[in-house]
Amino acid sequence: MHEKHREPLFHIVKRDGLPWYRSLMIRFVAILIALVFCGIITTITTGINPLEVYGTMITGAFGTSRKIWITLQNISILLLISLALTPAFRMRFWNIGGEGQVLIGGLTAAACMICLGNKLPNALVILCMIITSIAAGAVWGFIPAFFKAKWNTNETLSTLMMNYIATQLVAFYTVVWEVPKGSGKIGIINQDSNIGWLPQVFGSKYLLSIIVAVVITIFMWIYLYYSKQGYEISVVGESEKTARYVGIKVEKVIIRTMLLSGAICGLVGLLLVGFINHTVTTTIAGGQGFTAVLVSWMSKFNPLSMIFSSSLIIFMNRGAGEISTNFGLNQSFADILTGIILFFIIGCEFFISYKLSFRKKKGKEEEA
Amino acid sequence: MFGFLMNFIPRAVVQGIPLLYGSTGEIITQKSGNLNLGIPGVMYVGAISGVIGAFFYENSGAAINPFLAVLIPLLCCLIGSLLMGLLYCFLTVSLRANQNVTGLALTTFGVGFGNFFGGSLIKLVNSDVPSIALSTTSSYFSKSLPFASKLGGFGKIFFSYSFLAYLAIIIAFVASYVLNRTRAGLHLRAVGENPNTADAAGINVTKYKYVATCVGCMIAGLGGLYYVMDYACGVWSNDAFGDRGWLAIALVIFTIWRPNLSVLASFLFGGLYILYLYIPTGMDHMEYQEIYKMIPYVVTLVVLVITSMRSKRENQPPASLGLPYFREER
Repeated sequence: MHEKHREPLFHIVKRDGLPWYRSLMIRFVAILIALVFCGIITTITTGINPLEVYGTMITGAFGTSRKIWITLQNISILLLISLALTPAFRMRFWNIGGEGQVLIGGLTAAACMICLGNKLPNALVILCMIITSIAAGAVWGFIPAFFKAKWNTNETLSTLMMNYIATQLVAFYTVVWEVPKGSGKIGIINQDSNIGWLPQVFGSKYLLSIIVAVVITIFMWIYLYYSKQGYEISVVGESEKTARYVGIKVEKVIIRTMLLSGAICGLVGLLLVGFINHTVTTTIAGGQGFTAVLVSWMSKFNPLSMIFSSSLIIFMNRGAGEISTNFGLNQSFADILTGIILFFIIGCEFFISYKLSFRKKKGKEEEA
Repeated sequence: MFGFLMNFIPRAVVQGIPLLYGSTGEIITQKSGNLNLGIPGVMYVGAISGVIGAFFYENSGAAINPFLAVLIPLLCCLIGSLLMGLLYCFLTVSLRANQNVTGLALTTFGVGFGNFFGGSLIKLVNSDVPSIALSTTSSYFSKSLPFASKLGGFGKIFFSYSFLAYLAIIIAFVASYVLNRTRAGLHLRAVGENPNTADAAGINVTKYKYVATCVGCMIAGLGGLYYVMDYACGVWSNDAFGDRGWLAIALVIFTIWRPNLSVLASFLFGGLYILYLYIPTGMDHMEYQEIYKMIPYVVTLVVLVITSMRSKRENQPPASLGLPYFREER
């Protein structure tokens, strides 16, 4: 009755911790492989030479000074949404409602521009826009947080539903305010008077959102790592029971954090409507509420690394956009490439937290 | 009123079928402890894979055999969604990645994949047709029972659907039976509730998670195929499938993880989805339609809150839902 014992080819061991440069290197290699893979996919679908693929991507993102500014602006918006979602994620609250919170912020900003445009002086209109859109975003974050805190309602789905409710509200007001009637869109708001348009900083059309992004990044970094509230968020995320034991009011932390999260999303809505587009549509957030979840996670919820990950995603997006325009392909090409990069980054996390130890040769083991 | 119901019910059912496929697939997946937020992407991939298969078959120039015209898209759809399921499993089960993030990435990829090939397929293969309109394939898919029209209203409500619709209902009941009445179902639920215990009892956790998720994805993919081939008459338009994938995930909670309840619930949701067409608004207040389109989402939110308020023990999600399992970790 000799049972044959088969040792598996490898087994998985958890690593104690990897020096930062090695984990950085693993991520870097993963991104590199992903980029090569994306190049191969592009070559297969379009037939252009692989080196040209990267050339086109770089031209698409940084070709002219205007393109550089737009790329920077897009990065700032994605970065802001990711920063907004981060405090919630750090306490394991899966807020995928960034989309809705941005939309509702944008909608209220547009409402102020349209309804108050001819009644109040410009400065007051802008003040109203800032207050109301931040408040609206906060309310949109508060509702799922309240249910979560009170009855432990699944936040992934409730925030998702809030997205669609916001989308339909925007669709409703688009019809109410449409110019001209029957066109199905609002068009540029206050095009002649420019009332409610956020001011240009240093004469640049792009700089304001970038400045806001820098300020919020620094604020969020300090808030999360060096403030008492940031510490409470981390404790709740690690273990709710521990948090309760040490006297942290978990419900309060959940609601407070989501208010903050929603408020920053509302601010992004304000920037999108008042500064960048001067109009509101149902697609103004463009799925960035979802992309931001991935950006935030990729950066391990660290505001400073988020600068890099949001840049990578926007670079891929703009680059793939350029390729699809040049070849008359569909804009969704960017989503495919982004998806591929994400899969590689998600996969590489495994090699950072675990290591494979392979079966040793029998002979060697005996020698040892 | 009767006439209204005669008109409304079949349309609600047709709207509900993709949701039913999606939610049945997701229930099976979630029972294994995997929260697959990639279902919307999987449904897109299922749909486009079927479309690609049918497109090449229709344009191959061969005489179209009804049997093959159904079989080829069906197989392509299953293979496409199976690959998505394998990708998800590889990342979350083998590499223990975060399930929410993997799911969202899968959705980004899947929706992009669907829209890209839906929009560029003609250009990529240099075909001379103006748009993807698979009317021949679609006519085979949407063939209903021959005696339906003879039975009047009764036939219209019960027998006027295509075979994929009946398949959805059968799959839902079979899934319900397997989950609750067979040994495999018991093991699967054990894996979802407590993988440590299941592992100790000699159940192969990895295998169950893989099989459940892949089967779930294949079922969900069929929902996409049904939408394109039957509901949309074989015409692909980008983003037309919309948010049905997300609603399917919400339905899982709505039906408290029971595929047999899901049959009725998805028809109800299908009804809510098109209810706005039946609420009179008057010509000068078309905007209220947009408010009525909100109904399914508001109802879902309310149901979510109510089920969480009642929080009965038997209505809870699988205990280890969303958590990766690593044997060496305690």
